[in-house]
Amino acid sequence: MTCQEIAEFLLAYLERELPEPQRDVFQAHLDECPACVTFLRTYESTIRLGKAACRDCPEATKAKVPDALIQAILAARTTGHEQPQNETSDDS
Amino acid sequence: MQKPATTTNEGASNRTDDAALVERLRAGEERAYEEMVREYSGQMLAVARRFLRSEEDALDTVQEAFISAFRALDRFEGQSKLSTWLHRIVVNSALMRLRKKSRRAERSIEELLPQFRSDGHPARPMNPWREDVAVALEAQEARALVREKIDELPDPYRTVLLLRDIEEYDTRETAELLEITENAVKTRLHRARLALRNLLDPYFRGEVA
Repeated sequence: MTCQEIAEFLLAYLERELPEPQRDVFQAHLDECPACVTFLRTYESTIRLGKAACRDCPEATKAKVPDALIQAILAARTTGHEQPQNETSDDS
Repeated sequence: MQKPATTTNEGASNRTDDAALVERLRAGEERAYEEMVREYSGQMLAVARRFLRSEEDALDTVQEAFISAFRALDRFEGQSKLSTWLHRIVVNSALMRLRKKSRRAERSIEELLPQFRSDGHPARPMNPWREDVAVALEAQEARALVREKIDELPDPYRTVLLLRDIEEYDTRETAELLEITENAVKTRLHRARLALRNLLDPYFRGEVA
């Protein structure tokens, strides 16, 4: 298995979707290749950075809503604004 | 999807609060509508802004989502929390708006992916990132940088990364939302993460101040 194949199958490896023989080969490559271990760690850091920047911080989770928007939403309800086609069931 | 950490009792309490609010909404109580909009519009606008690059689009999307929700209240069965239900509605609205917009000229994902030599070795040395990546993220500028780099991803990849890694929908839910196969979700997610890793690499291995 080459470094390129390690990069290709990284997601399957991390999600434990690689079949056993392939997983062993993958693991054997990691045991011998510090560059791929570094690559794997930076890939995992990327996921954590995304969550930290987009979800786990105040500026990304709750926006200050302009009062004009709140009033527009409430007004649209009473005036029967055209309904966008949307999936609205909570049974899934 | 993104699930707030609550104890069983808190979860039950939330559902009770939701049920009471929904009952008042269904009874047409004006005050209840305003409470709902004031309570949930902040988080819905934050979600819309993640998907849409224009503030005007984000605001319109939140409005559309609330109108959809008002009209569908009879179909809210209380199987999920009200916030979860509204979250899905605003995500759907944002995705619909993205689909309608003319596709902007985007970079190819290929040019953002890691490059390898013909023998399968990396074309560039793999350098470790700073050990204090988590600390760096305490600075608002660093978080803004990460969001900026996510925004540079081509839309088909960016949306999958947002749905899977940020909104925390699973592969099946993401496939349904985007009307693509689960295999396509996995492929796009992996490529999006690889591309984002490459875009962040110069900053977090300390080459760029």
